[in-house]
Amino acid sequence: MMALPPIAVAAIAGFILLNGIVGVVTYVTLLERKFAARMQSRIGPYRVGPHGLLQPIADAVKLMLKEDLIPRAADRTVFNLAPVVFLIPCLLIFASMPFAPGLGVADLNIGVLFFLAVSSMEIVGLFMAGWGSNNKYALISAMRAVNQIISYDLPFLFAAMVPVLLAGSMKMSDIAAAQHGLWFVFYPVIGQLAFLAFVVASVAAENRVPFDILEAESELVAGFRVEYSGMKFALIQLGEYAHVLGTSFLTALLFLGAWSGPGPAWLGPVWFLLKAMAIFLLLTWVRWSFVRIRVDQILAISWKMLLPLTLLLVVATAVVVVWRP
Amino acid sequence: MPTDSLPHQPTEPAAPARAVRELDYAGTERLTMNMGPQHPSAHGVFRAVLTLEGETVVGVDAVLGYLHRCHEKLSETLTYVQYPSIASKTDYVAAMTSELAYVMAAERIGAIEIPKRAQYLRVLVAELQRIASHCLWLGTWCMDMGGALGGGATIFLYCIRERELILDLFESLVGARLLYGFHQIGGVRYDVPEGWAAECRRTMDIIESRLAEYEAMLENNDFFLMRTQGVGVISREVAETVGISGPLLRGSGIAYDLRRAYPYSSYEDFTFTVPTHDGCDCFARYRVRMAEFRESIKIVRQVVAGLPEGPISSRPGVKSVVQVRIPKGETYARVEGPRGEVGCYLIADGTPKPYRMKWRGASFSNLAVLPHIIPGHKVADVVAIMGSVDPVFGEVDR
Amino acid sequence: MSSPMTDTGARALVQQHFGLAAEGTGQALVVTLPVDQWTAFGGFARETLGCGFFSFLTVIDWKDAGLEVLAYVENLDAPFTVMMRTRLGPGSSTCPSLVSVYRGANWMEREAYDMFGVVFDGHPDLRRILLPDDWQGHPLLKSYAVDTPYPPYR
Repeated sequence: MMALPPIAVAAIAGFILLNGIVGVVTYVTLLERKFAARMQSRIGPYRVGPHGLLQPIADAVKLMLKEDLIPRAADRTVFNLAPVVFLIPCLLIFASMPFAPGLGVADLNIGVLFFLAVSSMEIVGLFMAGWGSNNKYALISAMRAVNQIISYDLPFLFAAMVPVLLAGSMKMSDIAAAQHGLWFVFYPVIGQLAFLAFVVASVAAENRVPFDILEAESELVAGFRVEYSGMKFALIQLGEYAHVLGTSFLTALLFLGAWSGPGPAWLGPVWFLLKAMAIFLLLTWVRWSFVRIRVDQILAISWKMLLPLTLLLVVATAVVVVWRP
Repeated sequence: MPTDSLPHQPTEPAAPARAVRELDYAGTERLTMNMGPQHPSAHGVFRAVLTLEGETVVGVDAVLGYLHRCHEKLSETLTYVQYPSIASKTDYVAAMTSELAYVMAAERIGAIEIPKRAQYLRVLVAELQRIASHCLWLGTWCMDMGGALGGGATIFLYCIRERELILDLFESLVGARLLYGFHQIGGVRYDVPEGWAAECRRTMDIIESRLAEYEAMLENNDFFLMRTQGVGVISREVAETVGISGPLLRGSGIAYDLRRAYPYSSYEDFTFTVPTHDGCDCFARYRVRMAEFRESIKIVRQVVAGLPEGPISSRPGVKSVVQVRIPKGETYARVEGPRGEVGCYLIADGTPKPYRMKWRGASFSNLAVLPHIIPGHKVADVVAIMGSVDPVFGEVDR
Repeated sequence: MSSPMTDTGARALVQQHFGLAAEGTGQALVVTLPVDQWTAFGGFARETLGCGFFSFLTVIDWKDAGLEVLAYVENLDAPFTVMMRTRLGPGSSTCPSLVSVYRGANWMEREAYDMFGVVFDGHPDLRRILLPDDWQGHPLLKSYAVDTPYPPYR
């Protein structure tokens, strides 16, 4: 077989991954809707396709066909670019994630750092959306978002440092390999605490309920994306769910052993997907059970509770790493 | 003479929707934000012009009247027989109590006797209506705090499921689910059909078992407690002078219930307690309403067990076209609705139509407390407070 | 307070301070006042009679006899109620405001102004509450036609 130049290999892999992610993300929305529906004693999408399986396709087509409204007083460049700027980091995080040993677009040496750094860049797009809409609701929401995401990125990072320290490397495949004997979530005390802190911080960093004050639907009516319609809105939704999915994959990788599971090695990515879905459903379960809390309470939780906790965890992990045999 | 300083009422007219204002994030610039009338948590059509300093609300100007139909003028053109069905459209969530107020006023002026069975039936539907209304209150309040796509929606759907059971009971009794036309001058219009009492008992058992579930889901949840405790404190003095009533008054520690203070329609025959809570905040009002659920279930069970035989009206029945002439006189009749004191001040002049009728809407007075308690809270609290006040705009605007 | 207020005690106090015999039976007192004593009686009801609860305020249009303002306050503890009434006289539509005594009078008086055109002296913010700000006329007056040609929609 003709040997392709590595850049072509990477491009093709990236292309396949991107399409795969977009496909999975659209069906993840259906999964969430069905799961939520069952929790609320109803059925969820049922009519479009067998058991609603064509619902995401119908939604995508609907959004593509919708009129693209731009408010007259909006800052056009900022308004139009915002969804793209928001979406790119949310999809880029998948580039650094391996789905099996050797199966990934770019298994970087600084994989975890890359993931966390890029995922927090979505805030630029978010603020652009809020600002460019020239709408008070959007602006308030964008301000809240900046507050919240910045506050929660620190505990997010520190909680992610615990597996990094335990594995001794930021490379994602190394972290996965280090969990062969014991998944990090089962690591006594610090594993569980780090897992909890990571999940809480990730829920906040993704603006999911109970931390979704920025889109507080009953107050700000969709927040920063209130002026978006049609395909731009679809891009923003895609970005949000891709981010949630990416963080679920990261959680599964950092704490749940990534692709390790019973059965042959080619079953690894399947296990990885299942674990990520389990985390996602956990987040969905939390989302549909709690009321949201106010922005000052959210920030108080981050600065007064999560940050000191995660800092202590990092120190404790460092001590454990130095002292373990 | 008390010289209490009333909180600042913004005297400038509401800023137009597209006003562009320079924003200076030193935190001192005031932003005028419009909430409503089209708003997922406005509980109807309500417009609040909020003046914000950062996230804190410093002024509230409530703009009402989006649902104003001038019931009071309308009632002067409709007869005493025609109007009760229209009366339900004031507080449309608790239609039974609205109708009762009007009908009681006319009966009191005309000194019309109500048979015992009719009185018991009136109590029965009023208490069932209270349960249904509180179901809606709990669902919408949690939905406002949690978002239509969040945890709040789960409680909303559970509560609506419960409310549907009661609406099914009403449907088999009256034929309508929301706006009834059940009461008439002299009694009630419909009698309980076969098997209805057993169905009612079963429904009460189901609802009572699920209440514990909701209380656990909410009160064991720190987020809910964070959102409701200490929020929207209505002091006793503000409560009385503004004239709020119902669960709001009882949530501020004042044990005043019209069913106890001025019993009407045979309420004195039933045993029930008047739940009160000293917290004065949203959580206190929540606790009062949850306790009222249980009290209403108790009353319904007593009524169903002890329903006396007899006629359901002292006047001819449903198909009668006989007009009722109420002699000259005036009275103020009030009922304890789910939202508070619903009153009807009626002046009759011997003709089949009233001379003047004034609706004392519970929600109108309850809503008047907002400019006194909201300033100082955050924007998110406005929603929590409005939900705990539980306004229905049919009653506010009439 | 030496002894809690009762409705008979209230009647006696009204007679004593204002020289008026309260009508109405039992727990429902009705006091008809001259206009100039409106606010004074409001304060008296709140301070002395213990009627801290403000229920409602409304206006009645008696056609040729003029307008009458009505306020309903209650003592929650006794309990008894006091209905204060005052005739504004034919052609007159000003009345002193009770806002300084009861906070609830604020919105109630705005509604009375909106519906009847009664101007309340001393009200801090007298503007229409239910109807749009540019509505012409006051609907609940008997002289206002039921079928008005004024378009309700905008």
